[in-house]
Amino acid sequence: MSKSLFEKVWDAHTVRQLSNGQTQLLIGTHLIHEVTSPQAFGMLRDLGLKVKYPNRTFATVDHIVPTLSQVEPFADPLAQEMINALRQNCEEFGVTFFDIGTGHQGIVHVVGPEQGITQPGTTIACGDSHTATHGAFGAIAFGIGTTQIRDLLATQTMAMSKLKVRRINVEGELPPGVYAKDVILHIIKLLGAKGGIGYAYEYGGSVFDNFSMEERMTVCNMSIEGGARCGYVNPDEKTFEYLKGRPYCPKGDEWDAAVERWKAVASDPGCHYDDIVNIDAADIAPSVTWGISPDHGVFVTENIPDPAQESDPDKRESIEEALEYMKLPAGAPIAGTPVDVCFIGSCTNGRLSDFREAAKFLKGHHVAESVKAIAVPGSQVVDQLCKNEGIDQVFRDAGFEWREAGCSMCLAMNPDKLIGDQLCASSSNRNFKGRQGSPTGRTILMSPVMVAAAAVTGKISDAREVFQVAETAAV
Amino acid sequence: MALETITTVTGKGVYVPGSDIDTDRIIPARFMKCVTFDGLGEYLFYDVRHHEDGSLKAHPLNDPKHAGATILISGVNFGCGSSREHAPQALNKAGFKAVIAQSFAEIFFGNCGTLGMPCVAATAEDIEKLGTAVRENPDLEITIDVEKNRVFYGDENFTVHLPDSARDAFLSARWDPIGELLEGESEIEATAGALPYMAR
Repeated sequence: MSKSLFEKVWDAHTVRQLSNGQTQLLIGTHLIHEVTSPQAFGMLRDLGLKVKYPNRTFATVDHIVPTLSQVEPFADPLAQEMINALRQNCEEFGVTFFDIGTGHQGIVHVVGPEQGITQPGTTIACGDSHTATHGAFGAIAFGIGTTQIRDLLATQTMAMSKLKVRRINVEGELPPGVYAKDVILHIIKLLGAKGGIGYAYEYGGSVFDNFSMEERMTVCNMSIEGGARCGYVNPDEKTFEYLKGRPYCPKGDEWDAAVERWKAVASDPGCHYDDIVNIDAADIAPSVTWGISPDHGVFVTENIPDPAQESDPDKRESIEEALEYMKLPAGAPIAGTPVDVCFIGSCTNGRLSDFREAAKFLKGHHVAESVKAIAVPGSQVVDQLCKNEGIDQVFRDAGFEWREAGCSMCLAMNPDKLIGDQLCASSSNRNFKGRQGSPTGRTILMSPVMVAAAAVTGKISDAREVFQVAETAAV
Repeated sequence: MALETITTVTGKGVYVPGSDIDTDRIIPARFMKCVTFDGLGEYLFYDVRHHEDGSLKAHPLNDPKHAGATILISGVNFGCGSSREHAPQALNKAGFKAVIAQSFAEIFFGNCGTLGMPCVAATAEDIEKLGTAVRENPDLEITIDVEKNRVFYGDENFTVHLPDSARDAFLSARWDPIGELLEGESEIEATAGALPYMAR
């Protein structure tokens, strides 16, 4: 019988059924970071337990790391305490830690793939909802809570109910200036922030076939913003090519055997999906959010919604609440909205190709005087790769600050925060109230190239016009 | 590890209406710089309860009439966003033992379950009616009957939804799965042994 990748991976990792009907699922790869793991190690100690598979547990530090300087001690003693706790826990329990001094530190969802820890057909979990990123490789990857981290540390398994699978096909060719970020913002807008509850999303179609691994990661990363617990793309030659030679990947004969297994794990033709959604790539344009939920999206050419035009009273109320918080005029064009801060980075868009693409257009432009712009590589490796190509210099010449690796302004657990009601054009993944560190701070999500356009014009702008994208793409 | 069975939750309620109340709102990230969950309760819904100068805003959770509430009542997609267990922990540390809402985000729902906090779903109409009753009479006693899938208050009652697996876990005192997971040791090793990537 033909099966989807999700079913194959689920079956291969099923340990047994639990008494309440849930599955005891083996999680082959456990990624941890400083924010959600210390309490789990505390629980482990209280129970007198050890880490069952320290060889399958990997740690990095990302959320609390300052990006102006990673030199310790950090100015914030709480941040220092958290990194100290992680160091101690990793040492005591024998866990590999990509610490600041290793040259491999970075955002956990950037580090896993670049080290080759993320592999097709595996199960991955991390105490972070953007763990679905790893699905780009055909892994089934879940964000989990701290008690589940304890479960994984102690048993390498967790209790879970099986998900349904929704196939999302995006067919055709994306117009110039339309990026992976626009694809996922469009999908979330269409299906809603809770549309994916109970589902794993399988992304496919010619757009995904043509996407690079980094573009696939951008889409899978935001699956949770659409409510889906995980999202994945079937592995193919691009996947194998990306992984070959990475530190934690098999070598020699073992590599060939692994590739055969990885090919076999892809969804079988004709397999059952619980739901199928078809999207035409030609319908997608550069996208931005206008509200306080990732499904509050419009194309940059469109207007901010007007609650007066909304017949559903719940939706009307939700638009009113969002516009009141965002201080945006109902019904006006979103383009032209002044921005105060521009942020390129995060586990969604903090990889080499993100900076490379934005740098391509930033050359010869300068950040508007009213704007503070920061570029934050997702890992120390990304930082080095960008420096090798001179990308950091392009950003600096354009008036961006080039920072050190970390989560930075995506979630404000470090010094990078909005002040007051500053409005931020951001390549991150969440526009919740207060997300970027100020209780009244405002976030508009978009692709890195759109952030670059906002930075140079000082307002939300159509990057295709600012940078004459069609002409540049044709050269 | 002996756990208690959870068949009912009884207590005062507080109504915090709204859709898509996300985990950043339940516990803003800046309060997550901690290595234990102790003390998170005081930062519950911090930014919607406080002005920027730290003074209190009008909010149901700031209303002394609702002090001691143990059941939170809310809208659609409650707990969406981050996987941070800090959100259910903050609710828990603030004294909450259960949530009644129209629907829940999945990771949040699971996190609450492992803390022994039932999250039961009800219709918009039943929630609005209960919420209004709680506003009018903050001391109203509400009982969530996990076994019968019903909520009782005053002379009223309504049906709630809780997935079978979650209900069974509460009723059989297995809502924290660690004990049962540990019992599967030989099966865990057999499953891991069949997966080549587990060896490295």
